[in-house]
Amino acid sequence: MEFAELIKTPRADNVVLHRPFHLAVEGTLCLTGHHLIFSSRRKDNTEELWLLHSNIDSIEKRFVGSLGTIVIRCKDLRIIQLDIPGMEECLNIASSIEALSTLDSVTLMYPFFYRPMFEVLEDGWSSFLLEQEFELLSSVTNEWRLSCVNKEFSVCPSYPPLVIVPKSVDDEALRKVALFRQGSRFPVLSYYHKKNGMAMMRSSQPLTGTNGRRCKEDEKLVNATLRSGRRGFVIDTRPLTVAQQARAKGGGFEQEVHYPQWRRIHKYIERFNILQESFIKLVEACNDQSHNMDRWLSKLEASNWLTHIKELLTAACLAAQCIDREGASVLVHGSEGTDSTLQVTSLAQIILDPRCRTIRGFEALVVREWLQAGHPFQQRCAQSAYSNSKQKWEAPVFLLFLECVWQIHRQFPCSFEFNEHFLILLFEHAYASQFGTFLGNNESERAKLKLPQKTMSLWSWVNRPEELSRFQNPLYEANSLVIWPSVAPQSLQLWEGVFLRWNRTSRFLEEAEEERINIIKYNKELQAKVNALRRQLAELETDGQVQEDGP
Amino acid sequence: MEHISTPKVENVKLLDRYASRKAASGTLYLTATHLIYVDASAEVRKETWILHHHISSVEKLPLTTAGYPLLIHCKNFHVAHFVIGQERDCHDVFTSLLKLSQPVKPEELYAFSYNPKMSKESREMGWKLIDLKLDYQRMGIPNDSWEITDINKDYEVCSTYPPEIVVPRAATKAVVMGSSRFRSRGRIPVLSYFYKENNAALCRCSQPLAGFSARCLEDEQMLQAIREANPGCPFMYVVDTRPKLNAMANRAAGKGYENEDNYENIRFKFIGIENIHVMRSSLQKLLEVCEMKSPSMSDFLTGLENSGWLRHIKAVMDASVFLAKAVREERASVLVHCSDGWDRTAQVCSLASLLLDPFYRTFKGFMVLIEKEWIAMGHKFSHRCGHLDGDPKEVSPVFTQFVECVWQLMQQFPCSFEFSERFLLEIHDHVYSCQFGNFLGTCHKEREELRIFEKTHSLWPFLLQRKQELRNPLYRGFAAYKELQPNTLPFSFQFWCGMYNRFDKGMHPKQCVLDQLLSCLGHKVTLEDNASELENKLPILDGPLPSQGCTSPKAGAAAAKAPTPPQDCAEGAAPVLSNGPSLGHQKHKESPAQPRDLRASREDGQAQHQG
Repeated sequence: MEFAELIKTPRADNVVLHRPFHLAVEGTLCLTGHHLIFSSRRKDNTEELWLLHSNIDSIEKRFVGSLGTIVIRCKDLRIIQLDIPGMEECLNIASSIEALSTLDSVTLMYPFFYRPMFEVLEDGWSSFLLEQEFELLSSVTNEWRLSCVNKEFSVCPSYPPLVIVPKSVDDEALRKVALFRQGSRFPVLSYYHKKNGMAMMRSSQPLTGTNGRRCKEDEKLVNATLRSGRRGFVIDTRPLTVAQQARAKGGGFEQEVHYPQWRRIHKYIERFNILQESFIKLVEACNDQSHNMDRWLSKLEASNWLTHIKELLTAACLAAQCIDREGASVLVHGSEGTDSTLQVTSLAQIILDPRCRTIRGFEALVVREWLQAGHPFQQRCAQSAYSNSKQKWEAPVFLLFLECVWQIHRQFPCSFEFNEHFLILLFEHAYASQFGTFLGNNESERAKLKLPQKTMSLWSWVNRPEELSRFQNPLYEANSLVIWPSVAPQSLQLWEGVFLRWNRTSRFLEEAEEERINIIKYNKELQAKVNALRRQLAELETDGQVQEDGP
Repeated sequence: MEHISTPKVENVKLLDRYASRKAASGTLYLTATHLIYVDASAEVRKETWILHHHISSVEKLPLTTAGYPLLIHCKNFHVAHFVIGQERDCHDVFTSLLKLSQPVKPEELYAFSYNPKMSKESREMGWKLIDLKLDYQRMGIPNDSWEITDINKDYEVCSTYPPEIVVPRAATKAVVMGSSRFRSRGRIPVLSYFYKENNAALCRCSQPLAGFSARCLEDEQMLQAIREANPGCPFMYVVDTRPKLNAMANRAAGKGYENEDNYENIRFKFIGIENIHVMRSSLQKLLEVCEMKSPSMSDFLTGLENSGWLRHIKAVMDASVFLAKAVREERASVLVHCSDGWDRTAQVCSLASLLLDPFYRTFKGFMVLIEKEWIAMGHKFSHRCGHLDGDPKEVSPVFTQFVECVWQLMQQFPCSFEFSERFLLEIHDHVYSCQFGNFLGTCHKEREELRIFEKTHSLWPFLLQRKQELRNPLYRGFAAYKELQPNTLPFSFQFWCGMYNRFDKGMHPKQCVLDQLLSCLGHKVTLEDNASELENKLPILDGPLPSQGCTSPKAGAAAAKAPTPPQDCAEGAAPVLSNGPSLGHQKHKESPAQPRDLRASREDGQAQHQG
């Protein structure tokens, strides 16, 4: 195996593992190509810890005499410490971990080696096809069509082969529009609001430049989503000044003269390194246990994390409001249309569309609005909050989206089919996984890597009944309404499940969850029993009548 | 009533902070006890009731185009913003409310006129519901080292202590009397909680009149007696809950703190909790943050930090955790005081007891705890809550902080309390409402003089009656958790939106898990009844079959499924009051007490169905 040369010391004994809220345990440490495995065999219990190398965000080594210590910080925010006797062993292990956790070739990643131990009931790679989505759409409207203009990814490299566009716009026009939008990301349908026929489209910024270039086909395309005489809203996720500055670099925004039926709203959402820094600051604040109350609150505030959450939710509410309350169509974009744009369109759907609040529907949303829509997962999630390498393209964009869903979930605890663990699962797998789902930056890259053929999909695993049961929300009752979250600071909370997960004991909260499940499960079973008895009684009654009436 | 010149004003608007476009329009009424606003614009008749005693301030704001605004702040953090058409009316309502919200004489308080149409016997039973002697008995007191004495029956030891107090047997009358002269307001060291597992005692008192050098032999003997009552530990803690500087400043006034050299084997420790004035202004700042119009996240968090509120909550919690640990882990007795020993001392003693003893986390136990550590020991509710027109500098949210600490514990230990947040809010409301006699006056002596036991009702039986709606559906029972060891790192404390923004419904989760679970539990009873009824019917209809197990004992099952925990302790519930659904319902034999028993019964059901 290729990894053998990277592993000089594959095994060390008498290693001591330290984790918060656990007693230190002594055991054996093994390194494989993809895992760090720690196992202890004590009389009372055997314990094993399997850590994917790709989950390791940073490592730090320290020495006291010949005893070396490695502190491992993971992308899921956990921190563990290993005391390894022997300077050489420790150094070897540290350098192996460092090398194995930062492999540059995607095809060396674990998903290409992972062999599932479960039976695949449904191949997740084909669980969510745009054709199915379009079929559903066709049953309520015929104003849209499925275009394969991007077959072979020839028009837009970050779009999937199939896109949904207004029926009245042909592929030729789409090609022209693609030239007018950054990265060729021409406006496509993101969501169709059945209730009033309004549509939410997304794209990248128009390339108007300083001389106010226009594109008739682009205007025609976006206008095709408008009802006659009605206005639409462009939600630009940049502040006006940034949008204006973008013109100097060839970008720009929809100008009133050319888009007279559209009203532009600038709703600023932070990007890239600002978010990453915020993420790092928040995690740092959560991990520092020496803070007093004032210091903690001031660090929480200074991280700005909750500010981003509030702004993001506000923008999503705005988009949803335009569609549901104003009865207007909406076009959302920022610059590239691969980050803040997707946050807004996907959260707006959580608010508007009850289907997105089911497990299956939420998976479909993640596939459609994030994976197929070309959110560059591999770039954004290469490192997490502990990394020293501060690359410009790393940013917790997807995590922010998941947290916003959690915030809405907290306010509507009965409207989601899934529970918090499901969101945390997606967070984990976006950063490190045995599955190929979040590898690559877009569908084109995934096709080149042959991920569907060579790796297992997360959905194949998670949609098996035995796994699903862990992610179900016992309180769920289908709610067909639009759900409007409060964005008041008092209504928003730190996502403890992610940020405090490893910093405190969760036993009492888990017991509460268990209790909730039991109460509801018991009632359901009781109800089933009563129903069964009723049926039985009814049968006996009719039998009785038949007997009486019969002869 | 003499204060009400305009009992009814029409066309009054009630502004909503969030939906300012749709202000309600309706009629405002003033009654002897309440301000009532009836929203005429709503499709369903909507009423807003504000108890006069709950009003903490009334302000007339500058005239707007809509009319004359009247802003009312309540002690339960309700904020009502009315707009009245006529200046005259606005002024009348304003002056009436000023008078009505600040009664001068205790007899004007609601409790003296509140009449729930209850017999004299029931009323008296209500007052007997909580018996502190039984709680001491529960702790194993009296025992060899501690006794309950009526030495204070004529309030000679201390005018703000109850007639009966618990002191070490070794402390003679001379020691008690001597110590009382050396303690501020005679508040001598007495027992607060006895941890019978290891004989460590939690005791409370006020600061010693030590000045720079004074000492008192009897007081030293008193502490020695407390220490020796716990032979398992060679030392005892003396904890001063004030910041050290405050305590030192008190020495100049002839008060102060214990000199370690004068007391044998004491470990003296300061745990800085700020005084009532700091707490009052902290709450004021917090409320300003809560009332900000569309604040940014930054505004809110900065405001929260600057208010210092959560810092103070943490300080109270930290101190309580220290006490509980000293008692449980170090097996040491602890004597706690602050200045007078009725504010900070009450907070930390009651919280430490709550951490140590699961009984205090039940409905009954929590009532006992409040009666014991707050009411009986002379927390000056009347002054701290501003029941009567008086010194505003005496008002302070000391009890509110205690309630919040309990709520913070509920967040960390969701299954360990028998009651829910609603019970806390209900109690908090009534501390200010003056509808019941419990919280009137400042101490037992004063309550006797006010004759509240003859003239008013006790709150507790009324709350016990509402157990079903106030309970915590996740409660795992008395035995599930013994001591609580909360995490007191700053991130473990949350802002309590349900208290300070309680009336801003828009901020709260739109779906309530608590309601959902309570209705589940309610539904459960019906379902179980249904199931047993149906099963009873089956064999009757099904003539030819012999009557199977269905006639077997059913009576015992009713008790098994009762939702209330078995430990209502020694005190029985007041016989006049039923706590929950009527008993005597015959329950199906299989009614499982625990959900885990269900599978069997369900399979049974299916089997019958198939058969």
